[in-house]
Amino acid sequence: MKRAGFSNRWLPILFLIPQLAIIFIFFYWPAAHAIRSSFYLQDPFGFGETFVGLKNYTAMFNSAAYLRSAWFTVIFTVIVTFLSLSIALLLAVKADKVIRGAKTYRTLLMWVYAVAPPVAGVIGLILFDQSWGPIKDFVALFGWDFRLGVDYFDTAFAMVTISVWKQLPVNFIFFLSGLQAIPKSVREAALIDNRSASGRFWDVTFPLLAPTGFFLLIINITYSLFDTFGVIDTVVKGEPGNNPMTLVYKVYVDGFRGNDLGGSSAQSVILMILVLALTIFQFRMVERRIHYT
Amino acid sequence: MSVSKRFRWSAVLDHSILIIGSLIMILPVVMLLQMASTTDIHTMKNGPGLIFGDQLPVNFEKAMFKADGFTGANTGVRMLYNSMILGFGFAIGKIVIGMMAAYAIVYFRLRFATLAFWVIFTTLLLPLEVRILPSYEIVQRLGMLNTYQGLIIPLIASATATFFFRQFFRSIPEELVEAARIDGAGPIKFFVDILVPLSRTMIAAMFIIMFVYGWNQYLWPTMITTEEGMFTLVRGIKQITQTLEGTNLPEYGRSNLLAIIAILPPVLIVIFFQSWFVKGLTESDK
Amino acid sequence: MAQVSLNNVRKVYPNGFEAVKPASFRIEDGEFVVLVGPSGCGKSTMLRMIAGLEDISDGALTIGDRVVNDVDPADRDIAMVFQNYALYPHMTVAKNIGYGLKNRKIPAADIAAKVQEAATMLNLTDYLDRKPSQLSGGQRQRVAMGRAIVRDPSLFLFDEPLSNLDAKLRNQMRIEIKALQRRLGVTSVYVTHDQVEAMTMADRIIVMNAGRIEQIGTPAEVYHSPASTFVASFMGAPPMNLLTGRAEAGRVRVGNVMLHQHHEDRDLTVGIRPEDIIPDSHGHLEVEVTLIEELGAHRLLHGQMQGHPLTIHVGKDHPVETGHIRAAIKPNAVSLFDPASGVRL
Repeated sequence: MKRAGFSNRWLPILFLIPQLAIIFIFFYWPAAHAIRSSFYLQDPFGFGETFVGLKNYTAMFNSAAYLRSAWFTVIFTVIVTFLSLSIALLLAVKADKVIRGAKTYRTLLMWVYAVAPPVAGVIGLILFDQSWGPIKDFVALFGWDFRLGVDYFDTAFAMVTISVWKQLPVNFIFFLSGLQAIPKSVREAALIDNRSASGRFWDVTFPLLAPTGFFLLIINITYSLFDTFGVIDTVVKGEPGNNPMTLVYKVYVDGFRGNDLGGSSAQSVILMILVLALTIFQFRMVERRIHYT
Repeated sequence: MSVSKRFRWSAVLDHSILIIGSLIMILPVVMLLQMASTTDIHTMKNGPGLIFGDQLPVNFEKAMFKADGFTGANTGVRMLYNSMILGFGFAIGKIVIGMMAAYAIVYFRLRFATLAFWVIFTTLLLPLEVRILPSYEIVQRLGMLNTYQGLIIPLIASATATFFFRQFFRSIPEELVEAARIDGAGPIKFFVDILVPLSRTMIAAMFIIMFVYGWNQYLWPTMITTEEGMFTLVRGIKQITQTLEGTNLPEYGRSNLLAIIAILPPVLIVIFFQSWFVKGLTESDK
Repeated sequence: MAQVSLNNVRKVYPNGFEAVKPASFRIEDGEFVVLVGPSGCGKSTMLRMIAGLEDISDGALTIGDRVVNDVDPADRDIAMVFQNYALYPHMTVAKNIGYGLKNRKIPAADIAAKVQEAATMLNLTDYLDRKPSQLSGGQRQRVAMGRAIVRDPSLFLFDEPLSNLDAKLRNQMRIEIKALQRRLGVTSVYVTHDQVEAMTMADRIIVMNAGRIEQIGTPAEVYHSPASTFVASFMGAPPMNLLTGRAEAGRVRVGNVMLHQHHEDRDLTVGIRPEDIIPDSHGHLEVEVTLIEELGAHRLLHGQMQGHPLTIHVGKDHPVETGHIRAAIKPNAVSLFDPASGVRL
């Protein structure tokens, strides 16, 4: 609050009401509902529900399909995050360094931000097409018989590739603006202190980018968990079958397609806890200050 | 002269890396366009190629005006219209509501300001995806399935814009509101005369981010709209690619052009308003 | 035009911090009063209470003949110039100056005339259509002044208005503000942490420290007869020399040097302004000079006397060198303070 704020009584409440109303109806109510449903077993034909305690949770953790999906989510998240962060960092460092064409490169490397994930998925379907997909043809040269939608590993590979492609621009933009925020004087000081360019990068630039990197780490984990939904849904063409799927996709499949509301809600609650833990971890780290202010 | 020579080699390397990166970003979309410029038969036989054909107008016509499904309502034009409504409605709604709430939190002495702050900012923690089913049920109960309200309002139920404007308002010097008070401006006048004009750049930046976000929504529209007349482009594409399966002659031209039309408005906005977009992105998520 | 009077005005923040201890004083009609003190001393809070930007916890504030404790800032008939000018960045200079008038529903033609008049007075006529970002620091300062002038207030409030300017411009604006205030004859309260501004601009100075008023007086009184060791060291650059001494049998000694007379036997703090010490080969002060600061118009000698650091101010014509010198104190130039409370005796 500003020290000389206005002291009207009703005006601020009036200003807050739209936001609060929407939040209560479409955030707190559904969130509470999800938590409640996770302790109930719904009749698939809509005739009432029974309290089952933690049964939905125990069933979930005993389900091979769930554990498989959880493992896949972890590996998928780690790989997507690592690849999209490191490739974007490389591109950002180069884009920050070149003088000629810097603006053009910047535009070319960031516009994909605006491509919707399912459209990226459609592009992936073409690239990996069974009969003439360019990437499929390319890997066939090395004897890799790529089978999208049939082979578990191949499908996962396509999902990762598309998800990384879609996420590069965000990381690129943040890394580039992080690099540009490093004071010129610091770079010049480093130039005098260290004659090796890679030495300067690892000793000075990289640590100064740490706050950006950490922030992006969280963003990328969230992206891999949630925003890849569109990619996955298009790649598996809405029919998961035995294909890999992330936990969020499983919530949707079990709840919306399979009508297992209780089980799906329990999965939602686990995801909520995961996100909360992630956020708390983020706040902790910010408090501990990876910032250099 | 060895120094300058080494320097030149490293520049070549830098540019090569950047060019490869740029190509990886662009080529897939060029490929979509190429496929949309040839006949579907040609594409089905050969896949994407290097030579552009002359079928773009024909395929464009199909993409914009042809419909499939039961009602025949999901023409490209109709989906474009729905996407526009979702993009604009979401961006405007979010900005208006967020600015009002941020104004109340930053500029008023509110007894429960801290409580309001936490109630609002907790929403930053949980994305819509983790509460998607109960949200669906509630929208259903409220009779808002297949409506624009049902499509837009639940997406607004998070505080990103509020948080962003709160940060921005806090960065505005205190003295400005003090000067305005001495100049006889009340809270409404201050908001309209000073705060809103001062926030113009921020509003523009936020608008771009939010428009792209709204336009690209997929999961929520997929659940909430079942009538084909309500489909957005991004949601409708899945429908069309699915109908590709099992037909004798898949309509590659039409579906690829629809994909291009679906990415064109947000991409153009991001490219043309690049500096605002970057500002909005890098400052909003902190 | 108005008098301002404060009667036991006090500010306590919700967390219990007492920013301003009960303060009472009266500012006469047309008077230019400067509130001076180090940062955090409560001077800005005091000004903001007068402006109505900060609630008054206790006591009564009167402007003219109204108690204005609960009056809105816009209705107190005041104008304020802020440290960072607080110009509306999206409005032109003319709009900035006229905004307050517009809010009072004054006809546009009258606003234009008043803005024009103020702009002429401040040499801003060529800049009326510019935005603040296109102006220099000094010009922005003038716009802020213009905004205050057009309101025709009965009280001007200045919150460190010159601290964002460079030294040269600051000197110039100091004179301009003072001249303008003289011309308009408007009662003014001016907050600064710069003792030179306080000395040069004020009719009366109010020195504050830690929420308390240390002294109220004309610049000469505050300078020559500081009410406390705080005022003595805050006002004047270099500050007054403060030496630990003792009075015995009517004589005040620092070490074994007799400086002054005092009737009561006690410990004392002895204050002497640097310019009140004159190098004099017959003087009875023995000073070991270690450093000479050349300032062009004069010089400062830094050294030791009887183990106390001492600064001496000498004219440019006076030959000086480091080492042992003798000096004398001008008559009636010694201030005595109680060493525990710092209060003048």
